[in-house]
Amino acid sequence: MATFMVRRLANHAALAVLAASLGYLLAAAALDPRAGLEDRAPRPPESVIDARLGALNLDDRTPLAERYLTWAGGVAHGDLGRTFDGEPVDAELWRRLGVSLRLVVPGAVLGGVMGVALGAHAAIRHGRAADRLISGGSYLLLAVPVFVLAVLLQIVAGEANDALGMRVFVWVGESAPEASRGALWDLADRGRRLLLPTATIALGQLAFHARYQRGLMLDVLHADHVLAARARGLRRRDALLRHGLRIALVPMTAYLAYATGLVLLGGVFTETAFGRHGLGEWLVDSISRGDVNAVAAIEGLAACAVLLAALASDVLAAALDPRVRAGGMP
Amino acid sequence: MRAGLRMVTGAILLVLLFLLAFGGPLVSSRGWDETDFAAFRQGPSSGHWLGTTQSGRDVFAFTLRGAQNSLLVGLTAALLSTGLAAAVGTAAGFLRGRVDQVLMWGADLLLVLPSFLIVTVLAPRVTGGWPVLAAALAAFMWMVTARAVRAATLRLREREHVLAARFLGVGAPRLVARHVAPGLASLLAVDASLNVSVAIVAESGLSYLGFGVRPPDVSLGTVIADGQGGATAHPWAFGFAAGLLVLIVVAVNLLGDGVRDALDPEAGR
Repeated sequence: MATFMVRRLANHAALAVLAASLGYLLAAAALDPRAGLEDRAPRPPESVIDARLGALNLDDRTPLAERYLTWAGGVAHGDLGRTFDGEPVDAELWRRLGVSLRLVVPGAVLGGVMGVALGAHAAIRHGRAADRLISGGSYLLLAVPVFVLAVLLQIVAGEANDALGMRVFVWVGESAPEASRGALWDLADRGRRLLLPTATIALGQLAFHARYQRGLMLDVLHADHVLAARARGLRRRDALLRHGLRIALVPMTAYLAYATGLVLLGGVFTETAFGRHGLGEWLVDSISRGDVNAVAAIEGLAACAVLLAALASDVLAAALDPRVRAGGMP
Repeated sequence: MRAGLRMVTGAILLVLLFLLAFGGPLVSSRGWDETDFAAFRQGPSSGHWLGTTQSGRDVFAFTLRGAQNSLLVGLTAALLSTGLAAAVGTAAGFLRGRVDQVLMWGADLLLVLPSFLIVTVLAPRVTGGWPVLAAALAAFMWMVTARAVRAATLRLREREHVLAARFLGVGAPRLVARHVAPGLASLLAVDASLNVSVAIVAESGLSYLGFGVRPPDVSLGTVIADGQGGATAHPWAFGFAAGLLVLIVVAVNLLGDGVRDALDPEAGR
C-alpha cells in the first residue's frame, strides 16, 4: 500500500511539472503581449515596449526556450513572475483563489452530498415514482449548461423579488459596496449573495452525482454481501445503506477528479454570470490581454488541483475498500 | 424509457431541430445579418417573430444562424475526436510496446492539462471559422475514448478469429480493417453520439466567454451571452437560444443513450 502510494505520488508530481511547463509554453507561444502594449493610447515608443516586455520576461523576440528557463527558474524558487501591471502573480493568484473557493465550495459540497443521497434513494426505490422523478430530473438538468442555469435562476429570483416587493435575492458581487452595517449584517449579506451561485453549482453537481450513484447502487442491490446482511436480520433499507452504499461509493471516488475538473470549469461561468472577481474572470481577462505569466499560473494551479483530487480519490478508495488496502487494485 | 423509444425520440427531435435550424431561415422575413434600425430590442411582432436584439437583429433569424454553427461545430468535433481516438487507440493496442507507451503517456498528460483552459488560450490564435474551432475542440476530447479503444483492441487481438487470420499471414493494416475495426464499431458509435453534446456545450461555452465563434458570426453561446443582460425584461433572445441549446443536448443524449443501451443490454436500466 505505502509503496503503491509513493509511486502514485511520484508519477503525479512528474505529470504536474510537465503539465505546468506545457501550460507555460502554450501560453507563451499562443498569446501576444506585445499587441496589448501597442494597443495602448497613446502608443508607447518601441524602446519602451521592449524594455517593459523584457522586464516582465514576455519579450516575444527572446527565444521561447530562454523565456521558459527564466520562468521555470523563478517558479523553482517560488516566484511565479509578474502580471502585465507589474504585480507579483502569486499574491493575486491566492487572492483570486480565495474568491473562487468561497464561491464554488459550498455548492460543490452540497451538490455532491445531495447527489449521492438522491442517487442512492432512487436506486432503492427502483422503478417507482421517486426513481422516475429523480432520474428524469437529473437527465434534464445535465442538459442545461451552467451559464444557462445561472441566468434562469436569476430570472426566477428577479420574479420572486418583484412578487415579494423587496430585494430578497441579490447576486452580483461578493459583498455590498456601501458602508458596513455591522458584522452580523455583513455576514448575512454575504450569505444571501451566495444563495444563487451555490444553487447553480449544486444543481449541476447534484445531477451528475445522482445519475452516477444510482447506476452504482443498482449494481449492489442484489450483491452477496447485501443479501448476507439481510439474512442476518437487517432490514432491507439498513442493509443497503450500511453495506451497499459503502461499496457503491468506491468507484464514485474515481469520479472525484473528474468532478473537480467540472467544478473548476463551472467556476469560470458562475463567476462571469454572478460578477465575482475570481480565477475564472482573471483567466478570461489575462488571455485577452496576453498576460502569459498569469495564464501559466492558473493552468499550473488547475493541473495541480486535478492531480490532488486524483490523489484524494486514491486515499478515499483505500479507506473505503479493504481490497485496495490489501494491495490489489479493483 | 426503453432503449428503442429513446433512440427514436432523440432521432426525431434532432431531425426536427435540424429542419428548424437550416429550414427556418428560408421562411424568415429577415436575414440573420440584417440590422433593422427602426427596431431595437422590440417584442415579438409580425415583422420580427421573436422580436429584435438590442442591436436591431431579428432574434429568430439570428438565433437559428447560431444554432446552425453550434450544430456544425458539435457534429464535426465529435466525429473528429472519435476518429482520432480510434486511430490512437487501435495503434496503441495493436502495436503495443514503445508506440503504446508513448501514445498513452501523451493521453494521460492531455488529461491532466485542463483542456478547456488550453482551448481558451489557443482561441485568440484560431482563425478560419468553425472548421478550425471544431478541430481545436476535438484535439482535447479523444483521450478517454482512446484508452477504452486500446483496451478493446487488446482484447480483440487475442480472439480466435483474429489469431487465425494472423497465422494465415494477413498483414497488419488488413487485419485491423477487417477483423479488429468491426469489433470496435459499437463502442465508437456510442462515443461519437455522446461526444456531440459535449462538443456543442463546450463550443457554446467558449463562445459565451468570447473565445469561440467570432462576431459578426454567431453561435448559440454568443446569443445567450448577448441576451442574458436583459433576460428579465426581454426574455425572447435568451429564452429561444437557451431553449434550443437545451433541446439539442437532450435530443443528442437521448439518441446516444438509446444507441448505447440497444448495443449493450447490460447498461439498459
